[in-house]
Amino acid sequence: MMVNQFNYLKETASQTAGPYVHIGLAPHAAGFDIFENNFSNVLTTPATRGERIRIEGRVIDGSGTPLRDVLLEIWQANVDGRYNHPADTQDKPLDDSFRGWGRACSDFESGLYTFETIKPGAVEGRHGRTMAPHINLWIVARGINIGLNTRIYFSDEAEANAKDPVLNLIEWEVRRKTLIAQREERDGDVVYRFDVRIQGDNETVFFDV
Amino acid sequence: MNRSSDQYGEFYQRDRSVHPPAYAPDYKTSILRSPKNALISLQNSLSEITGPVFRQDELGPLDNDLILNYAKDGLPIGERIIVHGFVRDENGRPVKNSLVEVWQANAGGRYRHKKDQYLAPIDPNFGGCGRVLTDDNGYYFFRTIKPGPYPWRNRVNDWRPAHIHFSLSGDGFAQRLITQMYFEGDPLIATCPIVRSINNEEAVRTLIAPLDRNAFVQLDSMAYRFDIVLRGRRATLFENRIQGAK
Repeated sequence: MMVNQFNYLKETASQTAGPYVHIGLAPHAAGFDIFENNFSNVLTTPATRGERIRIEGRVIDGSGTPLRDVLLEIWQANVDGRYNHPADTQDKPLDDSFRGWGRACSDFESGLYTFETIKPGAVEGRHGRTMAPHINLWIVARGINIGLNTRIYFSDEAEANAKDPVLNLIEWEVRRKTLIAQREERDGDVVYRFDVRIQGDNETVFFDV
Repeated sequence: MNRSSDQYGEFYQRDRSVHPPAYAPDYKTSILRSPKNALISLQNSLSEITGPVFRQDELGPLDNDLILNYAKDGLPIGERIIVHGFVRDENGRPVKNSLVEVWQANAGGRYRHKKDQYLAPIDPNFGGCGRVLTDDNGYYFFRTIKPGPYPWRNRVNDWRPAHIHFSLSGDGFAQRLITQMYFEGDPLIATCPIVRSINNEEAVRTLIAPLDRNAFVQLDSMAYRFDIVLRGRRATLFENRIQGAK
């Protein structure tokens, strides 16, 4: 029997970012200078409040080889755990000097990516359950047909991580550790190591958000 | 500001049937770059319904004019075209202030990229990238030259159809999308393994921009129309209200 039709539109199909994604999203990495203002992997200014951290790692394919043409973006709350977006109305201070978004390319030789940012505060989750501090990560590259979403949690937040509603959604406890960045201190800098394994042993957990 | 349509609800579940699967073996690079495990489904929280906000003053006046934004001592070679359209969500509402970033090969099918070895020449007056924010109607436009097709290492004789890469921010991180726009009438579309990674004819069709004669500029440029749809949000929240969200 015929019924009324919904008129929702369909989302436009994703296509791979390809090997030359840098031209559009990070032209300096492609080897030329065109825009006056460039987006980068540095999220902080001197005015930004919070503990300075570096996140670094590699994205590794199913053969164990690092991807050297990958592009990553992060999105995170400020030090008080508030996102710089009008939808976030938590009663917490904003930091005008912190957008909370950055973009990085892996190195063409080593495959290493880095972000310079601050450690975010905890954000309220669904049903009043606080989420452990985390950073949202999105990954595209040649051979990735639709962007991969995952989260970076912090190894020094074991107590909060144990209660985190999203980590606890992951049925296989052994897989939760793929989302925990390891804290180390190097020459006075705080560095969190976060390798992403796209396929194979210890495959990183990716989310359908 | 308090109309329900201005509230930031959670996004509708992503309809994966319009997207290519991660593993599409005819596109060989996807074989080792596709997760084997199922994605873990997440109910949206503030982390997904929020996203970066961009300002007009972060962009330059020529950022959406690829004919002029890298011109050194002349104009780039190739067919002058305008590409324009609307960015909407699944509810049909305009997505305002979305960052639209584009990149492409030059008229000969060569990219300005240190890893591109194709023998077609670099055009000294063409960079091949641009960016623009959508206006209050979700509208964007840019001016460029039509990119050429080029061969690539997949099967021995694979050629990419002419295409322009698009990146969209939306206004929530879960809307983030990268896609490619193709041109009406290009015979290479039908055999391209990257296009064919989408197992949905209707979804492929929406990536092919038709010639838009109404937007031609007389004795100057042809035009192509490319409308884009990002994920839609719930307007009514009820039991699905997200803590801390407007």
